[in-house]
Amino acid sequence: MEWLIAITIGTLTTAGVYLTLRARTFPVVVGLTLLAYAVNVFLFAMGRLTIGQPGVIDAEALGYADPLPQALVLTAIVIAFAITAFLIVLALKSSGELGNDHVDGLTVDSDEEVTRLKGTNS
Amino acid sequence: MMSLTAVPLLIPLVMSFILLLARMQGIQLQRVLNLIVVTLLIIVSSVLVNNSLTGEYQIYLLGNWQAPFGIVLVLDQLSAMMLLITSILALGALWYAIKTKIDENGSHFHVLFQLQLFGLNGAFMAGDLFNLFVFFEVLLLASYGLILHGSGAQRTKASLHYVIINLIGSTLFLFAVGALYGILGTLNIADLANKIAILPAENQAVVAAAGLLLLVVFGIKAAMFPLYLWLPAAYANTSAPVAALFAIMTKVGIYSIIRVHGTLFNEDAGELAFYYLPWILALGLITLVLASLGVMAARGLREQVAYLVLASVATLLIGIGLNSPAALSATFYYLIHSTLIAGAMFLLADIIAKGRGALEDKFISAPSMPSAILVGSIFIFAAIAMTGMPPFSGFLGKLLILSAALDHAWFGVVFAVILISSLLLIIAMARSGSLLFYNTQTVTTETTQTGKPLNKSALMSVVGLLSAAVILVVFANPITDYTQQIAQQQFNSSNYIQAVLSATAITE
Repeated sequence: MEWLIAITIGTLTTAGVYLTLRARTFPVVVGLTLLAYAVNVFLFAMGRLTIGQPGVIDAEALGYADPLPQALVLTAIVIAFAITAFLIVLALKSSGELGNDHVDGLTVDSDEEVTRLKGTNS
Repeated sequence: MMSLTAVPLLIPLVMSFILLLARMQGIQLQRVLNLIVVTLLIIVSSVLVNNSLTGEYQIYLLGNWQAPFGIVLVLDQLSAMMLLITSILALGALWYAIKTKIDENGSHFHVLFQLQLFGLNGAFMAGDLFNLFVFFEVLLLASYGLILHGSGAQRTKASLHYVIINLIGSTLFLFAVGALYGILGTLNIADLANKIAILPAENQAVVAAAGLLLLVVFGIKAAMFPLYLWLPAAYANTSAPVAALFAIMTKVGIYSIIRVHGTLFNEDAGELAFYYLPWILALGLITLVLASLGVMAARGLREQVAYLVLASVATLLIGIGLNSPAALSATFYYLIHSTLIAGAMFLLADIIAKGRGALEDKFISAPSMPSAILVGSIFIFAAIAMTGMPPFSGFLGKLLILSAALDHAWFGVVFAVILISSLLLIIAMARSGSLLFYNTQTVTTETTQTGKPLNKSALMSVVGLLSAAVILVVFANPITDYTQQIAQQQFNSSNYIQAVLSATAITE
């Protein structure tokens, strides 16, 4: 199970970092979401992986699953969720005001420049 | 007994909701309430600073759970000082926003303003890493709203960068928190320091990595090289009172480095003792060089002030990196100075931009602005304070840092960088001042769009914040005594650890 979790976190982080480095806002938002998923799984696993243990101490059971990381993850999920929602609205606002969805907010001139350069190349 | 410790948190939190409801009665009520609350916060923080003079740690256990099991708020001299600076700066920014009616440009300026103060005060008092993260998020969410306040394509573009880089920072913060918890099994700063002192050698690498990851996170907040690129655009394009309030935001990063790294990796931490310091010193020096080049290259006054903020942050990082009680004391003195003066500079830049009409704050020769002599005199005063020329507090702060650097192995580099960068700042400010105020054109009829007349009551907050430069010099002796006390308290982190962990729950 440790291998599976480790590979999952690694894959999510790699994909997240790759997408965050893209030039347009939509992949960046998706990338940040994937990074948030990765960190949530990571935080969760930091309480060590256990199976069939009670969440908080139980007189009958021999051990317990660490409840603290679960509480941390809940907080982190809520915060990441709220900020992602905010970021999506901001990305829409920026594409409305700047006329394109580039993170660096290319002006109309530079957009035309790009098309012109592409035209001469092909 | 009623404890005052939690009050700086409760007031802004409760008031932000009341202000939301007060909106139905119109913005006038919101303004009055907000002004009263910020004044109240200044009074409360002054009382707390006064209480902290004895060197006692004021600790508040939330829900009466003993540390390290519950959430704990710790108020020592450093936190109390930060609270006081925040509330004074907030009053200046708020007064300016009200007098220039900038708060009417969007919906919830006053609500976000209070939430921002809530996040800032919480970050200065959090006793464990996860609550530091939560308060970071609170202050960031409020700042996202504030930085977008008003409108404009440039502002949206700069805000998008600001939000994305801070979101990445939050993710890294959680990775660091998770790694520390996974190894040490606690998140309370005092408890973490104890656990690190007895850390087995095979786990040291992970903890060291998590510590440097935290340094990256705080470096994003503090705008440390190479993580500062978001700052100039974001600060230059937002509205003036927000930029002024954000002068404290970079200091949150500085504070967190002093608090978290200074406590976790203190002299008891074995192999890990102060392992982060060479990074801070070197990156601080590089940041200072690049910031002074940025000040030289800026094309508008607000951009220039943003780079000046960066230069002051770099100076603070150097102060931390020198790592002696004298250097830390000088850092705190410079922190008070640079926060208040930078806030005043942002407001002044806005006044100048408004007075120049269509050209705003661009460094292009234009017709003379209304009340140019008064504004120009204040600009000279502010520029002298900001660049660190005598007789004002910037000079004294830099002098203290330089004299603390004398014993350090790197003192040659530190001296060269600080002095040369100061020279560059002085040249740049002299150039922009003469361009804005002396090199004016005679008024021709059709090309000029005259700016608005000077808003005298808004200028009050600039003058008020700038008076700090004089007060800090006149009362330099008691203030440096106080900063020395703070530095001593910060260096004896074992007292902090003991005070937090031995705080007992209140029994009825």
